[in-house]
Amino acid sequence: MFDLLTNKFENLFYKIRNKGKLSPDDLDDALREIKLALLEADVNFKVVKEFLENVKTKAIGEKILESLTSYQQVVKIVNEEITRMLGSASSGVVFAPGGPTIIMTVGLQGTGKTSAVIKLASFLKNKYQKKVSIIAADIYRPAAVLQLEDMAKNIAVDVYSESNSNPVSISVKGTELFRKSGSDVIIIDTAGRLHIDEKMMKEIVDIRNRVNPHQIFLVLDAMTGQEAVNIASTFNQRVECDGIILTKLDSDTRGGAALSVYYVVKKPIKFISSGERIEDFDIFYPDRIASRILGMGDILTLVEKAEKVVSEKEAKKIEEKIYKNELNFEDFIGQLKSIKKMGSLDKIFSMLPIPDKNRIFKKINLDDSYLSRIEAIINSMTVEERRKPHIINGNRKKRIAKGSGSSVSEVNKLLVQFSKTKQMMKQFSGKKGKFNFPTGNL
Amino acid sequence: MLRLIKNLNNIWNKFKDNRKLFWDELEEQMVASDISINTTGKILAEVKKYVYSENINDIEKIKILLKKQIIEILKTDGGGDLKISTTPPTVFLIVGVNGTGKTTSVAKLAGMFKEKSKKVLISAADTYRSAAVEQIQHYARKLDLDIVSHQKFSDPGAVVYDSLEKAMARGIDLVIIDTAGRMQTSYNLMEELKKIKKVIMKKIGREVDEILLVIDSTTGQNARNQAELFNNSLNLTGIILTKIDSTSRGGIVLTIKNDLGIPVKLVTDGEKLDNIHFFDPEGFTESIFS
Repeated sequence: MFDLLTNKFENLFYKIRNKGKLSPDDLDDALREIKLALLEADVNFKVVKEFLENVKTKAIGEKILESLTSYQQVVKIVNEEITRMLGSASSGVVFAPGGPTIIMTVGLQGTGKTSAVIKLASFLKNKYQKKVSIIAADIYRPAAVLQLEDMAKNIAVDVYSESNSNPVSISVKGTELFRKSGSDVIIIDTAGRLHIDEKMMKEIVDIRNRVNPHQIFLVLDAMTGQEAVNIASTFNQRVECDGIILTKLDSDTRGGAALSVYYVVKKPIKFISSGERIEDFDIFYPDRIASRILGMGDILTLVEKAEKVVSEKEAKKIEEKIYKNELNFEDFIGQLKSIKKMGSLDKIFSMLPIPDKNRIFKKINLDDSYLSRIEAIINSMTVEERRKPHIINGNRKKRIAKGSGSSVSEVNKLLVQFSKTKQMMKQFSGKKGKFNFPTGNL
Repeated sequence: MLRLIKNLNNIWNKFKDNRKLFWDELEEQMVASDISINTTGKILAEVKKYVYSENINDIEKIKILLKKQIIEILKTDGGGDLKISTTPPTVFLIVGVNGTGKTTSVAKLAGMFKEKSKKVLISAADTYRSAAVEQIQHYARKLDLDIVSHQKFSDPGAVVYDSLEKAMARGIDLVIIDTAGRMQTSYNLMEELKKIKKVIMKKIGREVDEILLVIDSTTGQNARNQAELFNNSLNLTGIILTKIDSTSRGGIVLTIKNDLGIPVKLVTDGEKLDNIHFFDPEGFTESIFS
């Protein structure tokens, strides 16, 4: 998500940085580019308008001091406004004091409510050790109840369902039953409905009035276009939502819906869902996203990801080796594998706080096949060669090249890069060297 | 329904003395309908050219120019129909991202052809989503149609093969294949679709008659990306635009047609099984200005 915006902002910032100071015309040009970038990313046009006005007012306001606006000021103002757009606090789920927390999900058809309910249930169960139960209140879509039951079975969560009944009474009965059976969290999965369908909207109002959920989440498809704010506003007006679960973030969406909804409805995005697996679900951290959009990286998430795949002990060991200048290809391939576990290279790099990432990465053309090629070359080395790279002579290079389907020059390149990296790491060995590896085209 | 440009007259009355503001406002309204910036720019550039060269100062004439440009993009020159093969069974493959309404569209499409007294068979090749098979079985029962389904997580290619085999044996006119929703960015799942396409082509000895991408009309600019990537993998023959009873304006179809040349063939607009219609570019364009 947000890649397109990140690219646009990075390019824009690069461009205006070279100018240093911006004339009023430069500022207008920059604002025009921001406008196009935001609109292309599906940010609601009214939000864009307001956003630009705010940036302009602030920029002109600061300009009173000097006749020109500096590059830094513009970046700072844009950053502030984007952060404001997304909201700041992330709160996840607020549990009710005493008694079960009742959560109701609502949304249009096809946004992924049922999957989100299952993912949320699993998340609360695993992360907070809560006893979670689900009420199947979608009586309209054929086999919806069956889908829910089937998925709930996989995560060992109870489902209450009833045939030939109505969603209101199902919800009332279900909550009573689960309250008695000692559930910590009860999630009500309602049917998808259009926000302009009066009869169906009244139904969720009725459920809310009868059941009094502690939290109501709107499930919103991240690919939604300009209409996202109207959808969110209407649902919010009718049932007063506490937050939003944003789904289908794995779709290469531009994330405009995410940027618009908080701005207009003032309800935070609480969770994001980003894949087919039940674990592809997480709390949304607006502040981290804001800096990622502006190409300033998302180091916190990166560190969390890294911690999942590299243990503290392993990291220490590597650090020690770097210090003693003993790093070899075996450690190196171990690190490569860890990096791969963290996700695709693009994803990792999108989180790095490097200015003008695009420019740099376009040049070195880093993709995952690059890692695979390095891996193939190292895998074609003998254990001895991996431990003592200096013994690799001409004949050995030929053999390695043949074994890995590469060329001698590629093997050479890797060896040179490796020894350079080693030197570099040695120099920086006071700092953490966890993620250094040679970059460049093979 | 699908109204791209709200209150064009109001905008005109408000801004006719300041052309720049008028065009800006119009651009905004078009973008608000999910038409991409580029497509909007292209349409407006053409319109402006006439407006300035002919010195037009009448909103009704500007409307006509706008309509002309939009129809120019949307028109299919007879390519908006569904292709029916002279050697049955005709095969329609239905694809799309998750939650756009593929299964419902398959049912509606099947119902439409059953009305025309065609023998229709549904191939339940979404073996992935929980209860997807049960959902389509429900529709097949309701419409009294043949259906071929396998167990959950079985190979969708095998379901398709089996469906075509049975269709040929039973003298079926039309096979409609429901596939699992998948993100256009998922390499493996897109490869799976290519494989399904190969299975069909091998079995019927020709191109698949229709490969239709189902797009939710509330989708924003991502829809273009969906169309592009599905098209790269499969060579789409058209689009089914769903949920047009929502307040979204579906402007993205203009961009898809303009940039990729893929026409909308059908639209769906409700919960009932007969809520499916052939797309009418002229009617669509008219409705924009109504």
